[in-house]
Amino acid sequence: MNIRGTQSSAGPQGFMATLKGLVSRLPLHAVIIIVALLWMTPAFGLLVSSFRPSTAVSSTGWWTAFQTPFDFTLQNYSSVLSQNGMARSFVNSLIISIPGTIIPILVAGFAAFAFAWMKFRGRDILFMFVVALLVVPIQMTLIPVLRLLTNINLVGSFPGIWLAHTAYGLPFCVFLLRNFFAQLPKELLESAYLDGASNLRVFFRLVLPLSVPAVASLAIFQFLWVWNDLLVALVYLQDPAKAPMTVTINNLVSSFGTQWQLLTAAAFISMILPLVIFLALQRYFVEGITAGAVKG
Amino acid sequence: MHWLWLLPALVFVVVFLVYPVVDTIRLSFMNANSTAYVGFDNYAHTLTNSITQHALLNNVLWLTLFTFLAVGLGVILAVLTGRVRYESAAKAFIFIPMAISFVAAAVIWKFVYAYRPEGFTQIGLLNAAGTNLGLPPIAWLVDQKLPYTALTLPTPLHTNNFALVAVGVWMWTGFAMVILSAGLKGIPSEVIEAARVDGASEWQVFRRIILPILAPTIAVVATTLIIQALKKFDIVWVMTAGNYNTDVVATLMYKEMFNYRDFGIAGALAVILLLAIIPIMLVNIRRFRSQEESG
Repeated sequence: MNIRGTQSSAGPQGFMATLKGLVSRLPLHAVIIIVALLWMTPAFGLLVSSFRPSTAVSSTGWWTAFQTPFDFTLQNYSSVLSQNGMARSFVNSLIISIPGTIIPILVAGFAAFAFAWMKFRGRDILFMFVVALLVVPIQMTLIPVLRLLTNINLVGSFPGIWLAHTAYGLPFCVFLLRNFFAQLPKELLESAYLDGASNLRVFFRLVLPLSVPAVASLAIFQFLWVWNDLLVALVYLQDPAKAPMTVTINNLVSSFGTQWQLLTAAAFISMILPLVIFLALQRYFVEGITAGAVKG
Repeated sequence: MHWLWLLPALVFVVVFLVYPVVDTIRLSFMNANSTAYVGFDNYAHTLTNSITQHALLNNVLWLTLFTFLAVGLGVILAVLTGRVRYESAAKAFIFIPMAISFVAAAVIWKFVYAYRPEGFTQIGLLNAAGTNLGLPPIAWLVDQKLPYTALTLPTPLHTNNFALVAVGVWMWTGFAMVILSAGLKGIPSEVIEAARVDGASEWQVFRRIILPILAPTIAVVATTLIIQALKKFDIVWVMTAGNYNTDVVATLMYKEMFNYRDFGIAGALAVILLLAIIPIMLVNIRRFRSQEESG
């Protein structure tokens, strides 16, 4: 199907063939480019609107912003960051997401190491049991966990939500890490043990460093999952001062439903970090998301 | 020795997953404030009440239409982008919505659907396009009638539900495309070339060779999307809060918990969700194991 370079250099006939190939492939290119543009249009509208003054946003469509005189402003960003608490929420999202990523991976890493390299009775059944917990929808756990956290005074606290995210992420993290650890070269670990290394040393000095690609993909998935979460934060973190960005934006939508310049700026602030991760670490990102999407 | 390594993980899953599941099942057989057992009353109420029936029907729409569209578009885009040199750039554009939160996506699309009464300047993309063509503006997230008609189809075939499903499709098509594209790369090119040499048309190649080989991958993507559809919460919650008949099981459960404080009904809804997810998840776990054995 493809017109190869060798053919196109073979005189006028080759040139005609190249031209014919181009023309016949034109619809293909057109479809792909139109779909890609169409896909980006809604998000592009958000980005443009977030830089327009409120009077312009509420009186004309964002697509008219490119006519002279240009009228763009940073006012929306400064007001959502200061008055609507988005700066505070950005920090809260980080405070929730960073431990919410590290703790489950570490806890899962210990368990995965045992499942992959230690021999004990009932190992495989226990592993299958932990993985089977992937079926549990978070909704199923909300009421009892909320009561439990209330009893130990952890509702509305960061440690409370770290614990919840750790538990919700565990079945998937254990599953992924166990499978990766099990594929590490046996000889390497055996020779380390022969040299008298302890389990702890083997885990931190050998297993973890060798698993960087898997851990990176997993970390990106878990981080985005926590960063983008609304439900868990809504239920367990009922303190507005500790609200992550998703909760704050949700509140802005219900109280400022028509103030598009504020909503669009707030939404874009919440998208910056995921977009940077996507652009910088695209390969790990895609692997993490695709592996993690099966998570229940 | 090994127990020390397993202990933290086991404590977490027992306290936050195993115990809550057992407890939620127990609560689903109790009254609103969990003081007395009421047998199957909550389930009977849930399955006969028109509000919950609507929510269940809306979930059915989500898991059929959302899954069908995301998988269908995913297949088409995977095949098309596989034929151009700027494949990875084109795929990146379509995959990007996976990175952002449902909340941000909801804001993006609320803006696309923004509605002003007839005669005012439309600032929403969709209504601006429509009114430019001389059509009346539509309140996409409120209207239940078919667009531009006086016809109301039975639940869940409402305009506002379709508008919400479209947002889900926008977010998840990229996921379907990336997985299917990887599956497509696994098809030996000799097989396809041989069919072309034998005079098969592009459509025949797609229909008779690519689709059958891709079928297992399509099944995997579909099960993942069905689970997503069953648990849908954020998109509906931020865009309509379940108003105008757009509630799904997850949003209704949230309302039962926090607005009506009825833990019995909320528990029953959660159990129904779990029962719907288990069979689909089992299929997925089977795939994990077969993948592990072959890999």
